[in-house]
Amino acid sequence: MQLRSNEPTGPIGKRWEKHKEANKLVAPANRRRYTVIVVGSGLAGGAAAASLGEMGYNVKCFCYQDSPRRAHSIAAQGGINAAKNYQNDGDSVYRLFYDTVKGGDFRSRESNVYRLAELSVQIIDQAVSQGVPFAREYGGLLANRSFGGAQVSRTFYARGQTGQQLLLGAYQALCRQIEEGTVEMFPRTEMLDLIIHDGRARGIVTRCLQTGKVSPHIADMVILCTGGYGNVFYLSTNAKGCNCTAAWRAHRHGAAFANPCYTQIHPTCIPQAGTYQSKLTLMSESLRNDGRVWVPRKKEDVTKRPEDIPEADRYYYLEERYPAFGNLVPRDVASRNALYVTNEGLGVGPEVDGERRGVYLDFGDAINRLGEQTIRERYGNLFEMYERITGDSPYKTPMRIYPATHYTMGGLWVDYNLQTTIPGLFAGGEANFSDHGANRLGASALMQGLADGYFVLPFTVGNYLGDVRELPSIAEDHPDVRQAVAAVEERVQKLMNAPDPKHAPEYFHRKLGRIIWTKCGMSRNKEGLQEALREIPKLRDQFWREVKITGAGAELNQTLERAGRVADFFELGELMCLDALQREESCGGHFREEHEEKGEALRDDEHFSYVAAWEWTGKPGEPRLNKEPLTFEYVKPTKRSYK
Amino acid sequence: MSEELLNLTLHVWRQDGPEGSGRFETYQAKDITTHMSFLEMLDVVNEELIEKGGSPIAFDHDCREGICGTCGMVINGVAHGPQKLTTTCQLHMRQFNDGDEIWLEPWRASGFPVIKDLVVDRTALDRIIQAGGYISIRTGSAPEANELPVAKGTADKAMDAAECIGCGACVAACPNASASLFTAAKISHLSLLPQGQPERQDRARKMVAQMDAEGFGGCTNHGECEAVCPKGVSLAWIARMNRELVRAMVKADTPIERRDR
Repeated sequence: MQLRSNEPTGPIGKRWEKHKEANKLVAPANRRRYTVIVVGSGLAGGAAAASLGEMGYNVKCFCYQDSPRRAHSIAAQGGINAAKNYQNDGDSVYRLFYDTVKGGDFRSRESNVYRLAELSVQIIDQAVSQGVPFAREYGGLLANRSFGGAQVSRTFYARGQTGQQLLLGAYQALCRQIEEGTVEMFPRTEMLDLIIHDGRARGIVTRCLQTGKVSPHIADMVILCTGGYGNVFYLSTNAKGCNCTAAWRAHRHGAAFANPCYTQIHPTCIPQAGTYQSKLTLMSESLRNDGRVWVPRKKEDVTKRPEDIPEADRYYYLEERYPAFGNLVPRDVASRNALYVTNEGLGVGPEVDGERRGVYLDFGDAINRLGEQTIRERYGNLFEMYERITGDSPYKTPMRIYPATHYTMGGLWVDYNLQTTIPGLFAGGEANFSDHGANRLGASALMQGLADGYFVLPFTVGNYLGDVRELPSIAEDHPDVRQAVAAVEERVQKLMNAPDPKHAPEYFHRKLGRIIWTKCGMSRNKEGLQEALREIPKLRDQFWREVKITGAGAELNQTLERAGRVADFFELGELMCLDALQREESCGGHFREEHEEKGEALRDDEHFSYVAAWEWTGKPGEPRLNKEPLTFEYVKPTKRSYK
Repeated sequence: MSEELLNLTLHVWRQDGPEGSGRFETYQAKDITTHMSFLEMLDVVNEELIEKGGSPIAFDHDCREGICGTCGMVINGVAHGPQKLTTTCQLHMRQFNDGDEIWLEPWRASGFPVIKDLVVDRTALDRIIQAGGYISIRTGSAPEANELPVAKGTADKAMDAAECIGCGACVAACPNASASLFTAAKISHLSLLPQGQPERQDRARKMVAQMDAEGFGGCTNHGECEAVCPKGVSLAWIARMNRELVRAMVKADTPIERRDR
């Protein structure tokens, strides 16, 4: 497999412009002759479908939700970064680029990141024009805040609902195109396979979730904006429906999957309360500004009420271990330390599967110092949310928090045009691997999704179509199409008719999640990963033998939907472990216990400054590794230290 | 955090498909902890149903953190259940007592046909937005964001209206099955902002016409919508929508178009 990044050369500030100048174009009158499929309707997919529709392409957009407005982009709370420098605090495109490359722990492609920083500015203009109600100052201009440890205030926000408001902006633009007839929308429709003809992506096979009908959709090209794979852990902050199926089906047809081991764990989530738990809820990281993290010093105190534990018996482990940063150490450091103290048996909260996985986040001192009113003003809505879920009031008793999977930096490998290794198949948003390297900075996910959707894909789609000009027309009875449809139908039948049906898909998903979380989660080691690689195939075999789905295939069948997604998570989970095993270094969201120095991650630029792009070879667990070397012309790799 | 176990009796609306007629079926939910969310309680019931070979209860849900608007069912006669300002997915079992009987029904409105069990078709709401719930701005043609200041008070009000998550509880709670709160929230959000002015009249007329064409009823000021809205969207927006509509009619220079469903 050849990995050609197709990035332009020359001064970094001129690369995107230069690339656009060399772009092939499709004339306005010709665009309607091309059909473009967009799978996913979140920030990347919704923005791409709307923009391509406006340009005159014939767009078909698919989502598994009942409406394109519901994609999980909606859940992002914090905000969106843009290098506007409205605060006159020294921000610039270059600084945002620099911060993103550094934050990604030097595992991303410089050209892509620079373009992202450049486009960030236009995103805000676009969203404001759509009517996104960003927070404003009394003078009527846009407000900003500093977010996630950034040294400048470049984050735009709409209360705690920035993702929702940006998604509604894209959704409304999409609705306008649906009304105009340039976009045909297929809600409650799930992509289950890719149609390849003559080496190019030419369509998809879908299952209508309402009727169970399996149908082919033929097009000139396909764009996947299908989100990340965080639900491989079973418990994550992702929506229940988030899945890797579209990306994984593409991978099985030859799209390389890059850096699957780069997953981001968010330190401040509400801990699991029982084995029945179905998802985890994120609490804004801003809570660490005023909360103090601690666990009891003595194991016998873990079941006591926190109020009854005297000050001397409280272990403020972040403050003790990292005096300079204290409770504000970066996400990964905070997360790993919560793991270590709970491993020592000092975790608090209810026992789940024999373990207490929770630490206190205590606002007692802050309330004494600043008064309850100030704390209410700062965090009132978060405290309410916490109380609604746990039944405890953080004004009276410390919160309990624990890390949870939040975002996946890995994804389909794409070149500078966001094209995968399959010609005609593109990937945008969290579904691709491109911009965040080994770690994503806060308020950058919304930025990347919208940059891809509004500003990158509309150009690169034209470049691709302008280059291929005319593709041979294929009909629904073409053998390549019939074969793809037959494969999907056969898989549905196989899932519905396991030889020894015993358990619902969740039973297996929970077990898989537990393996991945404990052995390929916040902290990884060779032995654990090898163990996981022995356990996953066994569990997968058991799944295919014993998965039980009641009802029929030709109707709304939510158990069948979940089973298909779990089946793909098994294969992806195995690839994650293989990737984590080969990467003998610690970087960003990937921490290998063998590669650390006094708790600090040890990156190995000499041997691992590459993108790991895995190629499917026909069997799960036996992928081929391809490497795209990374070079840094502008931001020279340095070591992170928070001591 | 104290934990209690509940034993509950569920009466659940089961309907095989859009054509079939439905019925209530009764299930026992045993040893439900008070820390479970309402949907996790249903997950437990469903997993048991599947393992026994039965057909699980179909219900819509996705983010399970109260923001996507996918979930929703009528719980003991109240859309989204007993807790104020709370979506079904954020409702927790500590709101219930041991021995409770719980009646579960889908959103009921002619604009929301039942697909299966508790799952309904809410695409009518999408069509109302498609009719005009947007600002026509081509990608790439936006002016510099700070060129047009918006007073903070105005921006905050627009944000209040924009909080609607499109769950449809307002329709389910309304005796007239009106989608007025949903429609009014979007009309108000966009008409408040300077960016929304050029299409203001047209938008109000088209969206209201579409709402009517979808078979939703009119507003007669019951206020049930506001009472169940998980985001606290105010009834006052409906008054604003009516003013916008009158304004649009006075200024109308093109006839109102109705679209077929």
